[in-house]
Amino acid sequence: MSTPKTLFEKVWDAHQVRPETADTPAVLYIDLHLIHEVTSPQAFTEIRERGLKVRRPDRTLATMDHSTPTTPRNAQGIIPVIDPQAINQLDQLRTNCAEFGIPLFELGSENQGIVHVIGPEQGATQPGMTIVCGDSHTSTHGAFGALAFGIGTSEVGHVLATQCLLQRKAKTCAVRVDGRLGPGVTAKDIILAIIAKYGVGGGTGYVFEYMGEAIRALSMDERMTICNMSIEGGARAGMVAPDETTFEYVAGRHFAPKGADFDAAVARWRTLPSDEGATFDHEMRLDADELVPMITYGTNPGMGIPITGTVPTLDEMGDASARTALDKALAYMALEPGKPLLGHPIDIVFIGSCTNGRLSDLRQAAGMIKGRKVAEGVRMMVVPGSQQVRQQAEAEGLDEIFKAAGAEWREAGCSACLAMNSDVVPPGKYAVSTSNRNFVGRQGPGSRSLLASPLTAAAAAVTGVVTDPRTMM
Amino acid sequence: MDPITTITGKVVAIPTENIDTDQIIPAKYLKVTNKDGLGDGLFETWRYNADGTPNSDFVLNRPESAGATVLVAGKNFGSGSSREHAPWALQAYGFQALISPSFADIFKSNALKIGLLPIIVDEDTYYQLVSLCEEEPQTTVTVDLASQTVTLPGGQRVSFPIDGFSKHCLLNGVDQLGFIQQQESDIAAFEASNLVALNTSLRG
Repeated sequence: MSTPKTLFEKVWDAHQVRPETADTPAVLYIDLHLIHEVTSPQAFTEIRERGLKVRRPDRTLATMDHSTPTTPRNAQGIIPVIDPQAINQLDQLRTNCAEFGIPLFELGSENQGIVHVIGPEQGATQPGMTIVCGDSHTSTHGAFGALAFGIGTSEVGHVLATQCLLQRKAKTCAVRVDGRLGPGVTAKDIILAIIAKYGVGGGTGYVFEYMGEAIRALSMDERMTICNMSIEGGARAGMVAPDETTFEYVAGRHFAPKGADFDAAVARWRTLPSDEGATFDHEMRLDADELVPMITYGTNPGMGIPITGTVPTLDEMGDASARTALDKALAYMALEPGKPLLGHPIDIVFIGSCTNGRLSDLRQAAGMIKGRKVAEGVRMMVVPGSQQVRQQAEAEGLDEIFKAAGAEWREAGCSACLAMNSDVVPPGKYAVSTSNRNFVGRQGPGSRSLLASPLTAAAAAVTGVVTDPRTMM
Repeated sequence: MDPITTITGKVVAIPTENIDTDQIIPAKYLKVTNKDGLGDGLFETWRYNADGTPNSDFVLNRPESAGATVLVAGKNFGSGSSREHAPWALQAYGFQALISPSFADIFKSNALKIGLLPIIVDEDTYYQLVSLCEEEPQTTVTVDLASQTVTLPGGQRVSFPIDGFSKHCLLNGVDQLGFIQQQESDIAAFEASNLVALNTSLRG
């Protein structure tokens, strides 16, 4: 009998053009290469200077998302780009895609959106694939049982030219989430709790495989939220074994196999889950039964607490270095150790990003906000993850719910998650954000980010203070 | 890429854990389509006051730090965003080697690609280096890649790990893209034998 393999090992083994040796890393074949305007221009310059072509433009897909505005369309139906640097970046992407024959979802066109929202939505993301992008949240696509990870621009050039990467095999970590989520507790709370428990460096060198009853019960949107933030736990990739939920999601999507090809693909995909008896290098655990909504108080995503809890005190920190880090973080956030976050005033609510910008996220936020008003003095931005999400939400009337409550309904893109456009949290202001990073200045210079689920964010929009969403359901 | 054999240079320490790539280079600098201006944005929020003047308290702005080529920083350096602009900015500023108890995976990979040497040391050595920098701002170290050692001012030699292939590429200035291109026949054979598994065309 052959040695039992993990999901990761099966995908890895199936994509080795050349296995790794003591002297050389593996040459790994990449099935799908996603590109966007920010991390690709220098890679195109590199291959152009070397006189190379894009080896597989049919396995490369481009979108515009990071530096694009989310402001309303003009009378001609066009989203106006004002920032000259953004204009230049978008123009370069157009030129590069046209020259090398790469399909591009143009700003404002019906399929454009955040790179990690459009891949799954178009059916380009499929189980068992290797997927890369010059963006750390490429881990999102692992929700389908794909091996998906972020790369730098040098490697973007490698994949453009050869469709391959040089990689050392990662170690594996089983992340088991048993039990069931209670009402008002979401996938976002699972991943924030895992990172709070194991730290932002806890997954370094590992590929996570999320498993257990609580993971099986999640929709694809929710699995994507969890895999998305694997990088925030230090893991380069996170995966979930494909199952009926996965196949049902992929079926019928634009780039998905059709008819008999789809049946054959499903038969292959069913062989992907980790074998009985497969061993992992490491294990992490979380009990979903015990979980309550989570929120961050500090300046990295590991600085999170149950929303009913209190900001840690210096005494609770393990060593001097952690005490210094907490001290600095709380000074930046202007929060006091030992105090609860519940009731703390907030200024901005951001619903969106590759973490929580999909239709189900907007539905949850809309459900919370329906028939209520955004609190006075609070600005609520709702930014769909893609034009498809935007259209579907509008078909359901979610935009009207948000607008009636006083929230802004915007065009699709990365937006305030990294504030490369004008969607910025002003200095000193508190933002409850459904995005993935609360780093110093991440949402704008001096911005203070509290990461939470769409439910928690929407609840805060209504009350104007940090609020346990379960008290409003 | 030029080969790297030894690096002898002045050390500066930023003894902070989990320095993410947003701190190394903020997103607003990511709007370039080349690598221009990244050195100016390195550690922007720490280097400059809100009015744009240099923050004289920050270690890189102290006169004695001028010309430093080796940066010592707390564990999990380079976490967060995969932006290669972070190692580009460090290199443009003048750094040639980084020393930390640990590096984030993508950052380390990106740094190695451009010949910015990430050196992993144990916690004791890290704290020793931080103390040395505090006591003597002109502290210099010598990194020898072939023997995988860092020599501290007192002559103490500390060894560090590095992947054999990365070491080979750095020592000999090997171009990794060129290396992959040499595998062309294997890549073509792989594609030919995996048509069923790879049947999605994005043009379809």
